[in-house]
Amino acid sequence: MKELTYGTMIAVFEEIFGRSLFWVMVAVAAAVTLAYLFVLIRDRAISWRKFLLAQLSMPVGAVAAVLFVLRVTHSGLRDIGGPIDVIVLLAVAGIGAVGLAILVYTVQSLLRPGRDGI
Amino acid sequence: MSKDRGLHASRRGFLALAGLGAAAGAVGAGGAAPVAAQATRARIVIIGAGAGGTALANRLVQRLDGATITLLDPRPDHLYQPGLSLVAAGLKPPAYVVSRTADWLPRGVTLIPEPAAAIDPVARTVATASGQRLDYDFLVLAPGLVLDYGAIEGFSTDLIGSNGIGALYGGPDAAAKTWQAARRYAEEGGVGLFTRPATEMKCAGAPLKHTFLIDDIAQRAAPGKHEIRYACPQAALFSVPIVAEKVRMLFGERGIATHYGHTLTAIDPGTRRATFATVTRDAAGVETRSDTQLDYDYLHVIPPQRAPEVIRQSGLSWADKWVDQGWAEVDQKTLRHLRFPEVFAIGDVAGVPKGKTAASVKWQVPVVEDHLVAAIAGGEGTASYDGYTSCPLITRVGRAMLVEFDYNNNLVPSFPGVIAPLEELWISWLMKEVALKATYNAMLRGRA
Repeated sequence: MKELTYGTMIAVFEEIFGRSLFWVMVAVAAAVTLAYLFVLIRDRAISWRKFLLAQLSMPVGAVAAVLFVLRVTHSGLRDIGGPIDVIVLLAVAGIGAVGLAILVYTVQSLLRPGRDGI
Repeated sequence: MSKDRGLHASRRGFLALAGLGAAAGAVGAGGAAPVAAQATRARIVIIGAGAGGTALANRLVQRLDGATITLLDPRPDHLYQPGLSLVAAGLKPPAYVVSRTADWLPRGVTLIPEPAAAIDPVARTVATASGQRLDYDFLVLAPGLVLDYGAIEGFSTDLIGSNGIGALYGGPDAAAKTWQAARRYAEEGGVGLFTRPATEMKCAGAPLKHTFLIDDIAQRAAPGKHEIRYACPQAALFSVPIVAEKVRMLFGERGIATHYGHTLTAIDPGTRRATFATVTRDAAGVETRSDTQLDYDYLHVIPPQRAPEVIRQSGLSWADKWVDQGWAEVDQKTLRHLRFPEVFAIGDVAGVPKGKTAASVKWQVPVVEDHLVAAIAGGEGTASYDGYTSCPLITRVGRAMLVEFDYNNNLVPSFPGVIAPLEELWISWLMKEVALKATYNAMLRGRA
């Protein structure tokens, strides 16, 4: 890598997923994040009941993300070769877990906007 | 009432937040301010619209205003050559490496779909195959190289994929046929013989990658049925000593036998026997030359590689180096021709040590761009190429070593302390398999 600038990173991601798919994914991620912020601001509180279900979904998101990445890259857990590999794998799992948790929480809040469980 | 006001306020807050996010995104996407383009009437001819020619054309149109840029390339397809190793191991389809040359070129340049037939560096003209004459102020040589299959007696490209013969360098079809032969070998077992030529070559890691990949795939398909041999003309497995030692250790661990001083000269597809010109040295250093024959069930052929004939006939090649190969006589640091300063060379054809990889091209293109634009402006460029090359050296499906080095055989890791260059890592494999083509395409567009 010569220069790992912001622009280069965007160019690389555009090439990996294709320009339109990448920006659709960015838009979806941004929309979910905004929807999440919206329900937080609207409800002015965390619904712990919804948060519980969101938390329960986290391991599912983590495992799914790891399996997805291993599958699309023709690799397996036996290929983990050093500390950086473990870190990358944990990061993938973490992103999957948090992403699914936010999605589950937001979907619940949008479908059942109530004050249940506060 | 109070509830209403609260909701109102929260909506406004939400919209403000959203607006802030959009504004931040817009600022981030803007990037660096563009440099003012240099006004010029210069005529620039680029021979070759591969990785080097295309990337340079995309950068020059941003830097120059009014220049006439003409590219010559007879092949309508652009080939992502770093992907050939993956195609030849059944990991990607042949279409993975193919795109259209014209799709990568910027507006405002002319692509002539013909090869260059003659170059006159004194008169500053290039003649195309159809007899068209192009005058130039600056000439960039980026035609790639030629695979000299004829140097191996008994070999023909028709044989690839049959009789246990593979040769992945020939392009997507050759790589796919190589996989047909290699897969059969992986399932059936026997002796796998992997070679490399005595000349300079594209990506000196590729012969090793193919050996490692087919060994790995074979061991998974039918364990214990294979004997892998690696034969090379050189006295080491890689030009960078520290990498050569690491590969030697990996070969030892994997039980891959090495035959140094072996240059493939002939094959007999019927009997599956390869002939090598061999050089052995005794304790006193006296060389003995002879022919050695090795039997195989699978043979991977990489033919000798040379500069295209048009370069060798034009008087632009080195006269005292690589005389059998004809690489262009350019300065190592500026890639500028030593006798004709308006001529530059990029990529395979450049007569510099190392540097025949897409990664090298990525580093070379901005250097040529800098010196060419500076010359047009009447000055001298300052950029310098240090021989950087990178090789994600795949050691099995799922792992690679991200080897990066320069002219001085120094390791120059991009991520020191994070991605160890001589460690077999999954992340290095991810870079090769996922990120590399993306980076390459960004380079073609002049964006990386």
